[in-house]
Amino acid sequence: MNLTLHVWRQARRDAPGRFERYQAQDVSEHMSFLEMLDVVNQRLIQTGADPISFEHDCREGICGSCGFVINGNPHGPLERTTVCQLHMRQFRDGQELWLEPWRAKAFPVIKDLVVDRSAFDRTIQAGGYISVRTGSAPDANAVPVPKTDADLSMDAAACIGCGACVAACPNGSAMLFTAAKVAHLGLLPQGQPERLERVLGMVEQMDQEGFGNCTNHGACEAACPKGISLDFIARLNRDWARAALSYAPREVAEGAF
Amino acid sequence: MELRSRVPDGPIEQKWDRYRFDLKLVNPANKRKYDVIVVGSGLAGASAAASLGELGYNVHCFCFQDSPRRAHSIAAQGGINASKNYQNDGDSTYRLFYDTIKGGDFRSREANVYRLAQISVNIIDQCVAQGVPFAREYGGLLANRSFGGAQVSRTFYARGQTGQQLLLGAYQALARQVAAGMVSMHPRTELLDVVVIDGRARGIVVRDLVSGKVASHMAHAVVLATGGYANVFYLSTNAKGCNVTATWRAYKRGAAFANPCYTQIHPTCIPHSGDYQSKLTLMSESLRNDGRIWVPMQPGDSRRPSDIPDGDRDYYLERFYPSFGNLAPRDISSRRAKEMVDGGRGVGPLKNGVYLDFRDAIARLGKNEIADRYGNLFEMYQRITGENPYQIPMRIYPAPHYTMGGSWVDYNLMSTVPGLFVIGEANFSDHGANRLGASALMQGLGDGYFVLPYTIGDYLAQQRFEAVEPSHAVCRDAEREVSTRVDRLLSAKGTRTVDAFHRELGALLWAQCGMSRNAAGLKEALKQIPEIRERFWRDVRVTGSGAELNQELEKAGRVADFLEFGELLCRDALEREESCGAHFREEYQTSDGEARRDDDHYAYVAAWEYTGPGSAPRLHKESLWFESVHLAQRSYK
Repeated sequence: MNLTLHVWRQARRDAPGRFERYQAQDVSEHMSFLEMLDVVNQRLIQTGADPISFEHDCREGICGSCGFVINGNPHGPLERTTVCQLHMRQFRDGQELWLEPWRAKAFPVIKDLVVDRSAFDRTIQAGGYISVRTGSAPDANAVPVPKTDADLSMDAAACIGCGACVAACPNGSAMLFTAAKVAHLGLLPQGQPERLERVLGMVEQMDQEGFGNCTNHGACEAACPKGISLDFIARLNRDWARAALSYAPREVAEGAF
Repeated sequence: MELRSRVPDGPIEQKWDRYRFDLKLVNPANKRKYDVIVVGSGLAGASAAASLGELGYNVHCFCFQDSPRRAHSIAAQGGINASKNYQNDGDSTYRLFYDTIKGGDFRSREANVYRLAQISVNIIDQCVAQGVPFAREYGGLLANRSFGGAQVSRTFYARGQTGQQLLLGAYQALARQVAAGMVSMHPRTELLDVVVIDGRARGIVVRDLVSGKVASHMAHAVVLATGGYANVFYLSTNAKGCNVTATWRAYKRGAAFANPCYTQIHPTCIPHSGDYQSKLTLMSESLRNDGRIWVPMQPGDSRRPSDIPDGDRDYYLERFYPSFGNLAPRDISSRRAKEMVDGGRGVGPLKNGVYLDFRDAIARLGKNEIADRYGNLFEMYQRITGENPYQIPMRIYPAPHYTMGGSWVDYNLMSTVPGLFVIGEANFSDHGANRLGASALMQGLGDGYFVLPYTIGDYLAQQRFEAVEPSHAVCRDAEREVSTRVDRLLSAKGTRTVDAFHRELGALLWAQCGMSRNAAGLKEALKQIPEIRERFWRDVRVTGSGAELNQELEKAGRVADFLEFGELLCRDALEREESCGAHFREEYQTSDGEARRDDDHYAYVAAWEYTGPGSAPRLHKESLWFESVHLAQRSYK
């Protein structure tokens, strides 16, 4: 099949960008979307043009590196699929496709379809962990975890941090990403001691990074390649409200003794 | 060059405990005065950086991805082994040790493997405490499964995403140290050289992948946790970015490279479908628990699989290995599949696969049960191939997956360059000639959490350091070399893309140094690789400049290193005139086609020393001796 691509090209963070038009010819239905772009790029290089930059690594839908918007859909038209796992049999001969980077204030464009998602790392650094010193853990079976809790925790932990939720959200909110981590750890007994501190810290950082607020559109869940549920946002809100009302910051708590 | 393994004396069960007591300690107040560089942020790198930061060292961690959470450990599906014996089925430290030594075909160091089995239990404790959501039973305790043909259920797992969950655990521990100011993280930064001053590793030269700036970073010790080199074959299950550059640059600075010819081929991957193919997708080995592998009896049989009656099918693994059947180890299953395809009995449009058929399992257990066990894998398969495996048997074929070889390291995980440590898949240490399923995650985390943090202290405590600055002449020279290379790649302005050369190299190595090797083929490859390399430097086309994000340039540098490394790979395979584990030399097989090991002549680690450009590398041998196990022939009949 043959396709027409309109691809966002932007040389640098501070450079203006624009759509450029390319023809993708002789595309096999067995190609992944990224392999189709590989072929386009090989031809561009041979004509001396700059190939399209896009992020990718594992190409198995798990590392979270890849992702851009295809005709308005983060990761393209297929549900629960990263763009590396999207195959060309989902498209028709002659189709026109518009490829853009994630658009969000907190994700500045680095080049073409590549954006800076380090805001996610900083949000995790603000409490998205359990403080456990290497070597100080009790026996793994010392604390039983009900299977239903462990399974739900795993549902949340499946987040790959690709950023599609932010790109899909009209507010550019990172609530689904943050909520997934808050729920993953908050559902486990090991995550309880820091549960309130965690949610306050992560939400504060998320706000500082310039992510928008959640207004319950649900576009994040629909775009999420791992099907992370909106329910986790409700959990986050509940934990946050509890924390905001009852949590005594650490220095006060320590000072009290 | 002298290979000193530093394996301690004493009974094997006591070696590590005694040794840990003998290791020198760094005074807690002094730890912050030591800078440690960790390159790579996968299971080994992230766990090491987090643990070292927690101990009080001043850690700098580098990765080429945009975030440390992207490292390729994330893609491991199956699980992680530990000798917890939670299933009460007779597992023990000794059994895990023995299985690993035997699985590695007696080509690994006993003491290292025993230590790995010992600390395996601590790893699980650590991960659970970090919040890794392992699978659990209804009583709330951890679930286990048997994996890769093991006779006990010792594999812990988190659905089909164990690597992801373990990596997120380590990544979060790392994030905590970043927040605490103990680790500074340098993402989108690639190592391009190792700085060795007065015989010790004192830093690295990196390129900032966004600005293109080349700079040196100094430290008192450098840790490489940079993964394996399976991408030398171009098509592999590795992430596209995986490369040999760090260990190869280290090799050229004096860190011997050990056993490069031990490359593991995974038997259950989706066969390639066309020239555009960029990588191969692994289907979890667990599929072999219920699927039956077959090819048509007759070469060229073009009937649909469902039209081929049982009498015309060859369930060859069940035929060759009645007791293990479809669960025969990875190397053996892979080789037999190749034999079938080479014999003209391959299936699929390109005749390049074998069937993995669930017909009988569905009839026995019902479609629902199969969907429960493998639903997500079936879905993934259908997404990629467009075929429904509930109706049409899957097609599979082996693909390069993991590399047991790597930088030579001693018991401290230190390479032949003092102060340069190598951990995880990047070193050679624990898997011998073949790695067992669910053992890679164990080794990566074992090295990072529980071995390196002790042994690096021993090194630092015994050294005296003078301050070195990035303005040091050695750094300046290395930076200049790196920049010159970048300029050369950009200025060749030839006619062929980097990928075209990479594919050419990969196809050659896959043919001559893949699942089976012979002297004539290896010699042919050794003749052709320098020729491809010469053409590469003359005719490669890399667009853009060095002062920007330039993904082609990144690839070009990595392929240039693969083009050198491929030669060492073949040389090592040629030198090892025996078949062991993943290394199968056609000349050395039994009459029924099994590997023939030669313990009298080849029970050693081959460690190669770089001797300069255009000069043949020098082989050093570390003899392997076995005090605790008997060398036995692997048999899975």
